[in-house]
Parts: sequence; C-alpha cells; structure tokens
Amino acid sequence: MGDVRDFYVPIRPTWCTGCGNFGIWNALKQALAQLDLKPHQVAVISGIGCGSKLPDYTYVNGFMGLHGRTLPLATGVKMANHELVVICTHGDGDAYAEGLGHMMHAARRNIGIVDIVQDNRVYGLTKGQFSPTSERGRISKTSPWGSIELPVNPLLVALAAGATFVARSWSGDVDHLTWLITEAIKHRGYALIDVLQPCVTFNRAQAYDFYRPRVYKLEEDPHYDPTNLNLAFQKAQEWDDRIPIGIFYRTEERPAYEEMMPALAFGPLVKQPLGQFSEEQIQKLMAEFV
Amino acid sequence: MISVRAAGEAGQGVESSSAGFAKAMMRSGFHVFVLLDYHSRIRGGHNFATVRISTEPLWSHSEPVHILLALDEEAIPRHLSQIVPGGAIIYDENHQVNPETLGGDILAVPAPIIRIAREVGGKELMANTVAFAIAAGLMELPLEPIEGIIQENFRKKGSAVVASNLRVSRVAYEWARENYARRIPFHLTPRAMPGRMLMNGNEAFALGALLGGCKFVAGYPMTPGSPVLEWMAAHAARYGVVAMQVEDEIAALNMAVGAAYAGVRAMTTTSGGGFSLMVEALGLAGMTETPVVIYEAQRPGPSTGMATRTEQGDLLFVLHASQGEFPRIVLAPGTIEQAFETGWRAFNLAERYQCPVIVLSDHYLATSLRDVTQEALGLEKLEIDRGKLLSEAQLDALPEREYKRYAFTEDGISPRAVPGHPKGVYTVMSDEHDEMGHITEDPVNRRLMMEKRMRKLKLALNEMRPPSLYGPEEAEITFVGWGSTYGPLREAVDRLNAGGVKANMVHIVDVWPFPAEAVKNILSRARRLIAVENNYSGQMADLIRMMTGIEIKERILKYDGRPLSPEFIMKGV
Repeated sequence: MGDVRDFYVPIRPTWCTGCGNFGIWNALKQALAQLDLKPHQVAVISGIGCGSKLPDYTYVNGFMGLHGRTLPLATGVKMANHELVVICTHGDGDAYAEGLGHMMHAARRNIGIVDIVQDNRVYGLTKGQFSPTSERGRISKTSPWGSIELPVNPLLVALAAGATFVARSWSGDVDHLTWLITEAIKHRGYALIDVLQPCVTFNRAQAYDFYRPRVYKLEEDPHYDPTNLNLAFQKAQEWDDRIPIGIFYRTEERPAYEEMMPALAFGPLVKQPLGQFSEEQIQKLMAEFV
Repeated sequence: MISVRAAGEAGQGVESSSAGFAKAMMRSGFHVFVLLDYHSRIRGGHNFATVRISTEPLWSHSEPVHILLALDEEAIPRHLSQIVPGGAIIYDENHQVNPETLGGDILAVPAPIIRIAREVGGKELMANTVAFAIAAGLMELPLEPIEGIIQENFRKKGSAVVASNLRVSRVAYEWARENYARRIPFHLTPRAMPGRMLMNGNEAFALGALLGGCKFVAGYPMTPGSPVLEWMAAHAARYGVVAMQVEDEIAALNMAVGAAYAGVRAMTTTSGGGFSLMVEALGLAGMTETPVVIYEAQRPGPSTGMATRTEQGDLLFVLHASQGEFPRIVLAPGTIEQAFETGWRAFNLAERYQCPVIVLSDHYLATSLRDVTQEALGLEKLEIDRGKLLSEAQLDALPEREYKRYAFTEDGISPRAVPGHPKGVYTVMSDEHDEMGHITEDPVNRRLMMEKRMRKLKLALNEMRPPSLYGPEEAEITFVGWGSTYGPLREAVDRLNAGGVKANMVHIVDVWPFPAEAVKNILSRARRLIAVENNYSGQMADLIRMMTGIEIKERILKYDGRPLSPEFIMKGV
C-alpha cells in the first residue's frame, strides 16, 4: 500500500465546489496508492474540458492533449512504453462526441489503457450545452426547445466494439470507484469506466440527489455474471429508477494489443537500442534493392 | 539512351514488370529511371510506365519514347506522338493496327504476345513478360538478367510459375531476334557496373528512417505516402518497429506525438489530404515541443484532387498550417539520395529542436525509381543525435520534484526527460504553460515562453542547408527549383549548356527555417531568374520574395498533375 500523498501537487483545481471531479480525482489517487504505484510509473493522459485538467493537479506523468484525441495520444504512449500504467481521464464531450470513434478502435484493439470518462452529461467548460449523453429533451443554450438527439449509451457502444472490461461507477461513492479503478488497472486490455458525475453548476437535475437513491451495485447481485456478454448488453440498457453500477463485463480471454505486437516481445520500445543495426542487418536491407 | 514504355490497362502488371525490367537493365550495367503513370483505380484505365536506360547517370524521365510496348489497342494512339523516328511499337498480332498509320519511320512489330503467353506459358497474364522479352530481343540485350529477375520475383509463387515465365520469355526473346534483329538503331552494350541499387523516394526515405532509429510509425493509407507505412510494416517485426495502420490521420499524428513524448523516434506518413486532418496535432506537437516527423508526399489538391498524380502545391500550406506560431522544420528532398538522408536527419532535427519536422515529398519523387550506389546514400554520415535528452545519470542527479520540462534557456531548448524516471515526472499541456508544464495565462510567462520556443528557430537556421548551385557559375539563365524538380532541372541545365546556352540552377532542399541570407546571396548573382515549379502559382518564388525581397517574375509552372520534364522546362525558356 503506497501513500496517496505521493500524488499531491500544490495546485488547487479550478473545479466548482461540489464538482464530481473531486471524487474521481481522489479515487484515482487512492487506487494508485492501493496498488503501490509510484508517480513515475503512471501516465495520465487527458484531453480538453474541466475534468481533463486532472493531470495538472496530480503528481504523475501527465499529458493534456487535444479535445477528443485522448485515446490516440495514450495509445502512442502505451506503444512506446507498455510498462507504464496508462490512464485516460476525460469528459463525455471528449470521449463520446469528438472521441467516440477512437474509443471504438481502442476497444477493438484491446490496448492496455484504463479509460475513465467523467460523464456529467453536460458541457461544463463551455457553459452548459447539451452533451452526447444528455437525455432527449434537454434544454440548453444550443437546444432551446430541447435536444432532439438520442443519447449515446457508452456501455453498449464499448460492448459492441469488443471492449474486454466495461464498467460504470459514480463519483459520489469514492470507495466503489477506487475499487473499480484498481480492477481496471489490473485488467489486460482496454478498460472503460463510465463515471456518473454530478455537474453542480450546469446539470443540477442530475446531481447527487438524483444518483444517490438510484444507483445499485452489480457486485451485490448474486445472479449477475460479468463474464456473460449477453447479460452485459441487457444490463447496459437499464436506466430508470434504478441505475446499475459496477463491472458489466470482463473477460481476460483476448490478449492485449501490446501483447500481440511483435516488436514489443523484446521489451518496451523505449528501452530497445536505437538504430543500432549489425552490418549483416544493414546489408540484408540493402540487398533488397540490388 | 533508350526509353521503353509499357502501356496497358491497370491489372496487366505494367508497374511491377517495368520495375523488374529496370532492375534487369541496372544489373546489365545501365543507369535507369522509371516513371510511373497510373490512374486511381484497380482495374481498367490506361496505365503506363517508362523505363529510361542509359550508359550515363540519369536524373529524370524524358518525353521521347523509343520503344512502346502496347499491351492494349488504346496504347498506340495515346503514345504515338511521343515515339521518335526509328522507334518501334510492339503490339499483339491480333490488335487492329494499320502499320501505315504509324508513320514510315516507326517500326511496327505485330508480335504473338498473347499466343506465346497462352501456348507457352498457359496464361494470358504473362503478356507483359512476353512484351519485355521481345523488347530485349529487339535491342539485342542479353536475356540472362531478365531471367534472373523472373526467378527472384516469382519464387514465392512456386517453381512451376517460375519455369513457365522463363519459358515464355525465352520463346519471345528468340522470336524477336529471329524476326526483327538489326531493325532498330537503338543498342546498348552491357558492361559491369557493380554496387547499384534500384529504389524510389518512398523506399529511400523509409530506409533512412529505419536506420535512423525510427521506432514507431502510425498512418492511414493515402497515396502516395502510404508505401512508407507499408515498407515499415514489412520490416517492423525484424527491426523492432511498431507500425500501425490506424483509424484516421487524426489518430495517426496524435499517436506519434504520444510515442515521441514517451521517448521513441516516431513518425506518421500521409499526403496533403491526410495532413489537413493532422493540422491540429501538428500544433499540439508545436506547443508541447514534442519531436515528431511527418512525411507528407504531395499530390494535386485541393480536396481529393488527383490521387495518383503529382504536384508541389502544399509548400505554403505546410509552412503555415495550424493556428498560432511555433517552430517547425520543413525539408523537401529532391533526389533518392536526399530522401534517404532526410529519413534519418529529420529525426535528429526533430529531437535537437524538439519540434515537428515535416518532410515534403511528392508523387514524382515517391514513386519514380532510379539506380543509386550504396556509397551515394552516405551511410557513413548517418548519425543519431537525440539532442538535449536527459540520460539516466542526468536524471538521477536532478533534485526531487523540481524538474522543469520547459525551463527557459538561452537557446530555447529545454533538457527533455521522458516518462519513467522518478526524478523526471512532469505534466505536458496543450495549453500555454509555465516552466514546470502547468497551465498558466500569465502575460509575462506567455511572452517568455513564446520567445523561448521561437528562439530555437534561430539556432536551427544555422543547420539549414544553403541552396545548391548546379551548372556553370556564370550563366545567362538561373533556374530556381525545390524538391523533386531537381532531376528534370538538372537535365535541362545539362542539355542547354551542351546546346550552347549557358544555364545553371539553384535548388532549395531545406525550406524552413528559410535560409534567406544564403538564398539572397546566390540569387543576387544571377542574370535572369526563372522559377520552375510543379504548381499553379510558384509558391517557392513567392516565399523567396517574402523572405528576401527578390522577385522572380519568370515562372515555368506545371499543374496538370504530371511531373516537369527536361523538355517542358527547355520549351519554357
């Protein structure tokens, strides 16, 4: 068990008081400490948005990239050094609007990345427009008569794309989220954690009082089997007075992308010799053209 | 000097058999240059490849054709006007061709192309093997080098395929010798010329990148840049490279940035359309000072343009792409040798200056094949310089939690750590940031950070190669070109001088930061300047005016999607 204080930096987040990001941030640091990881062993990659500022507030290798491009950036990091624990933290706009395609490809590659989505179902940093996970009829500045779009169901999308770890938590239960993150880090391959996250400023309708009475834990249901894909598809569609959280689906049957890449069999790329080829190798290359 | 052109439908193997024929000619001791001309389709459409063969070194293609291998009927009317007097057209005996319409000074060779392919080889598909063997017979060149190529190229398909192709070529060759010996005036005598290699610009660049330590490449297939990705993928397992075909160009450059941040030499390969999608991540590399290489093989635009054609239309685009200002380096190799050198040099520059490096190639350089020597590639010059990358020992010596990734330094370059070391933990921001990497909008920091980043360009400028001068120092005409126009320009200069017109050329390879002083010096000595470019507006000439104040009014421009030829340049003078 490591020390959570290893990950502290003396910078105060710009998040609103009561923001759900605090819970996610705390859970992440606790999960890293619980797994006895040190800051230099972890790379937290994010995009743009309130929650995407998380790496700036955490003592880890952090990279805040472009809006929607978090997973490709993280993929590059993982391929260069697959010994790093690579974690993405980004919002629903980043992950499911601009980045939805990348998520499907990360899932079907099964690359070893933990993808934590801060899903507050609204655009916070740009002041309250509807998001891809906003419910139909959401009135916002860009949908004054109510959004006419069907919301994305990220769990269904991830399952359909072949994700090997699909989970949901909510930022009001830091212990549950901490546990989920540790499970996701231990998982080989792509792991999605969709986090229901209250935005106390722009989405008061779905704040703590909305989620607290509704969420229930799949782990507490003795009949639920997270290795059953069909069951996972069914559960992922449940969204009413009761909202399931926990691991919807998990399989270790598929190898991770980095495990299948031939060049990585000799260790991380970054630790391999650079441009040191034997005379024999060079002549073999040249012979292709002779 | 002989140009042999094979023309036919896509799918008839024009491209691969021409490359094989060129290799056989190279092994016979000749210099070769292969120009490909093909449509953006898998089957049908009219494709052709021209193999130029000479005892003198070749730098480009040339318009006149000496022997045409017409693999379909359409080929003759299309290429007739380019066939020189005394030239020959080899076509199938069953094609409806009236030899009188070819002109009296062109030899018509109705040949049993299909018949030999079918009866001797068992497959009509071997028609191109037949046609090239007939051409060799016509020129009275030895068949052995062609047989050697057949053995190598078809080995994977089994000994039966090798044997039937060998039989076919022998019969076709003998047929030509018996029926058409001594009927054309073009003959070359084979000689020993060891140490030759045949490659195109894409291959040369990829080879240079691999030997230069490129460990990661991500790309989305787009002509003409994707063969670099393919070549790297083919060599990835054996040489320790991760080569990924990814969902789009946006992902490709973001991945390369991620991999470079994590410490490996990383690149992406694309064409202008794909580069358009990468522009945002280009800015990310600029802001985060991440060394990354972008291979951009130009084709005509805008939009999808002409997928399999050539142009130099992206120069000003790559110089200005992205919002905001940040250092970038742009290199435009013009020859196979320069493409190879750029392959490794681009990574050195990227790491030394911690910025994106864009390599501007184009379809002409990327796909044309030329013979080079291994010595000319300059392997002994190849060095790997990772710039201010902190070593393990330097990292160990850092104080706890005080590493400044973006430290203000005199030269603008901050010592770089890659993730994985306890002392080298830091955050990278696409936002403006302070020396530690944390977000800040402080005006003083912004000014200092901008100045720090931009300072690097001053230093990088010292490394930019000045333009090269080819031809006599004193000349009536000075051509100004860049990138792949090198070859046609050089040949135009040689021919003009041989014909009594004193001409030389100034060729620019290192485009940005622009070596303004050197360009100014060399151009101010010229009497009559003519810009020669493969684009509509003369983008380099405009850049020269912007950076030096020198206005080049005369411009020879070609923007029909086809490369400049020496003849086109000479006509334009």
